[in-house]
Amino acid sequence: MVTHEVVQERVQIPLTAESLSQERIAYLERLVSQARTAAAVFTQFTQEDVDRIVKAMALAGLDQAQHLARLAVEETKLGVMEDKVIKNMVATEFVYNYIKDKRTVGVIREFPERNLVEVAEPIGVIFSITPITNPTSTVLFKCIMAIKTRNAVIFSPHPNAWRCCSEAVKIMYETAIKHGAPEGVFACLESHTLLDNAYLMGHKDVGLIDATGGPGAVKAAYSSGKPALGVGPGNTPVYLEKTADVNTAVTDIILSKTFDNGTICASEQTAVIDDQIYDFVLKKFSELGAHICNEKETRLLARTVIDPETGFMQPMAVGQKAADIARLAGISVTAGTKLLIAPIDGVGREHPLSVEKLFPVLAVYRAKSVDEALKVCVDVNHAGGLGHTAVIFSRDDEVIRRFSELMNAGRILVNSPGSVGAVGGVYNDLAPTFSFGCGTGGGNSTTDNVNIYHYLNIKRVARRTQAHMWFRVPNQIYFNLNAVENVRQFPSLSTIIITNPALEKFGHVDVVRRYIPEGTHVHVSVIPDAEPEIKVVMQGVEALNFYKADQIIALGGGSVIDAAKIMKLKYESPDADLEELAAPFLDLRKRVVQYPTDKSNRVRLIAIPTTSGTGSEVTPFAVLTDKARARKVTLADYSLTPDVAIVDPQFVMSMPKGLTADTGIDCLTHALEAAVSSYASAYTDCNAMQAMRMAFKYLPIAYENPRDEEARLMMHNAACIAAMAFANASVGVNHALAHAFGARFGVAHGRANALMLPHVIAYNASVPTKFLPSPYQKGYIAHRKYATIADLLGLGGHTIDEKVKNLVVATEQLLDQLGFPRSIAELGISKEEFERAIPDLTKLAFDDPSWRSNPRMPLMSELADLFWKAYEGRRPARVTAAIRNQNA
Amino acid sequence: MVVLMAMIAVWLKIDEERVVQALHEAAEKLDSVEGEMALDFSSVQRIDAGALRGMEEFETLAGDKGVKVVLRGVNVGVYKVLKLAKLTSRFSFAS
Repeated sequence: MVTHEVVQERVQIPLTAESLSQERIAYLERLVSQARTAAAVFTQFTQEDVDRIVKAMALAGLDQAQHLARLAVEETKLGVMEDKVIKNMVATEFVYNYIKDKRTVGVIREFPERNLVEVAEPIGVIFSITPITNPTSTVLFKCIMAIKTRNAVIFSPHPNAWRCCSEAVKIMYETAIKHGAPEGVFACLESHTLLDNAYLMGHKDVGLIDATGGPGAVKAAYSSGKPALGVGPGNTPVYLEKTADVNTAVTDIILSKTFDNGTICASEQTAVIDDQIYDFVLKKFSELGAHICNEKETRLLARTVIDPETGFMQPMAVGQKAADIARLAGISVTAGTKLLIAPIDGVGREHPLSVEKLFPVLAVYRAKSVDEALKVCVDVNHAGGLGHTAVIFSRDDEVIRRFSELMNAGRILVNSPGSVGAVGGVYNDLAPTFSFGCGTGGGNSTTDNVNIYHYLNIKRVARRTQAHMWFRVPNQIYFNLNAVENVRQFPSLSTIIITNPALEKFGHVDVVRRYIPEGTHVHVSVIPDAEPEIKVVMQGVEALNFYKADQIIALGGGSVIDAAKIMKLKYESPDADLEELAAPFLDLRKRVVQYPTDKSNRVRLIAIPTTSGTGSEVTPFAVLTDKARARKVTLADYSLTPDVAIVDPQFVMSMPKGLTADTGIDCLTHALEAAVSSYASAYTDCNAMQAMRMAFKYLPIAYENPRDEEARLMMHNAACIAAMAFANASVGVNHALAHAFGARFGVAHGRANALMLPHVIAYNASVPTKFLPSPYQKGYIAHRKYATIADLLGLGGHTIDEKVKNLVVATEQLLDQLGFPRSIAELGISKEEFERAIPDLTKLAFDDPSWRSNPRMPLMSELADLFWKAYEGRRPARVTAAIRNQNA
Repeated sequence: MVVLMAMIAVWLKIDEERVVQALHEAAEKLDSVEGEMALDFSSVQRIDAGALRGMEEFETLAGDKGVKVVLRGVNVGVYKVLKLAKLTSRFSFAS
């Protein structure tokens, strides 16, 4: 409990203890050593051990509550004996009741759904400063907390409360020892000085300073460089709003403000009362024993209880009775007056009684409106009470909400008394305490009611969680020859076919139209055969709006399908900001930007691919070209995935050889990268592996014999199957390199992939220089996965190394078969030009999100190295063999 | 010719119920020990403040007589107590 020991708050506590005698230092060292030993021994105690001791201590405290209260009042001359008995009982019984079933040893809390366990670790030695206002109750409270948490405490009581505090420590210590606590677990400084405090605050074996005292002590604690619980002063405003139950409010405030003669710092200091009930409230106060001061009396009172120089309360008034204070001020009151009420008309230095008054004097303010009342409460809160306590009496939830938002207070008490309410456990479910955290507003480290958890180091045992994974593809995929016929099963009033000029010319559009149900309005929108630009997309959206389309059929390669995906997005959610949606992310599910879910239109997207590579018909990706800024924007979200995919090989029978090779290698790269991706799962592996088998077998056939229906069918399906894998497992560094290189030198995507592929397999299969965080995988397995692929393809080999090498060789052979250039140099790019481009290429590749799921994290230097390998066309398989021979 | 120095090591089993007493007995034997004295803590599951003090005093005494104190079979709980009491550096530990 914070006290305003105004004498202490003006004293600079020295942080050095040079003036201490050797004898005194030896004494303090002995205390710390005993406490350290006790704390060490205490670590062996079980929960049952400490609970047994705590129960005995609580009973001993209850038994001695009156004795200690009497001692406290006699020694400090503050407060009310009967109230101090209650405080001692709360500090034992209520605190015990709150902590008795709480675990503080070993595992204290478990969160199975989060795979988290909390384990308690004691602090060790705590140095505790206790106040004059609540001396014995604070000691009882801290002793019980310390035993419950297996800590040792050295107490430094306020000098004017030393006798009662040391008696409280003695009672607690003897009881604890009797019930098995370690020797030396509590100690109380004898006739100490501030130098002792400074020495102990800086002691290396003191783990925590718990300073419940005046601001000087709290500041010294925080300045010591040690972890500290120092709690700040208060200046509690209480708002009596017009809907308040006045009877309850007035009774509670009198109870609170007179409890122990107002020494609890959470007690009400200024009552802000709505105009409508002001007179009635004051009448009630008067009826219940308060004296309402007139203007002159208020002036006299202010002069008496507030120091005009500092603006703080006078120490001699702290904890005194209302009648005694009135007598000091020269105010005539009836015997038995409980509280002095002093009307004020503002807050601040010119209104002396608006500050904290730890005695039964309450300032009152008449507010003309809720807004004015709230403003005055804010002023009171900021006049020395930040972070502490605020009270409101109201039945209006909206006013209570506004009050809670405006007050900077660790405890905002509703329809209950400030002092006893803030203590917790009596009027509410706050943790019972005698130490109120006031947050940063009060210069404290917590806003909590300080409790057992502040006396513990809580260790969190975080087990590896099983990351949720997913497999998301269109819910309808039709494949094999003439699968396009399935278009007929999708009813539509208005369909727009997005396609490119060549496909319209080849008659593919007519084939599709044949299967669109009769009565459907069909509009064909022909877009350029290139990666879509925003302008093209927006023209498409205009058409969708004009025709009020309910269905889009995207017939084309990846660029047409990508364009259709973005048209759908903008048509359904016109406010979607493509720039924002393209923001980078690390994990699709934790991304900052969310794709729109509110849709003003609904449209079905049917994707019919006419190349066998990109797999855009089943992926959540779309690439947009931003010509104005000479860059590509990649959109990724499962809401972009087409609703229906139709994989019909009739549309690829006429693909030229070069396109067959380029798209086929793109398909193979998708499968290879998805297989070793850190997002790979059993669901994606089966697709990736199958796609690889099909590509290795049928791509050369489709390339050599374009009219081979089986090869075309297999490659068309392989592209879709590989895409289902990478739509969920993503790709890797090969794509990052190919994107950067392809964009810079205008090389087709598949071809760029081909130039990198063997080098990337060799790179990924070697021990990573740097591992990439990957909660989805257990250990580094890329090399083993490549070996599995080699087995699946029947490439032979006995060891993992041999199998990886055979996979690289097979890939190189396939590329040779398809007539790919095997080095960037072969494309006619000079070494000088390439060298100049390398810094940009490396940067672009590193910025590319594709590698985020790569099995090894590429360093910039490694990306440059891979580019150079691709430039020179060094054959990884041969290089590996050469190195092996050399080593042999 | 190699001359081997004589080493007279003493081994003492410590009973959890009477750690302090056992340490007193060990202290009495220090004069006859050359080299090291091994204290077997394998039956000590828990240690109290008195025993800790006793160990600290015993080690000081042993150090004065040039005897190294080896603690055998110290369980991890007791080891942590010794660590927190900053005593581990004063003993050798053996399993």
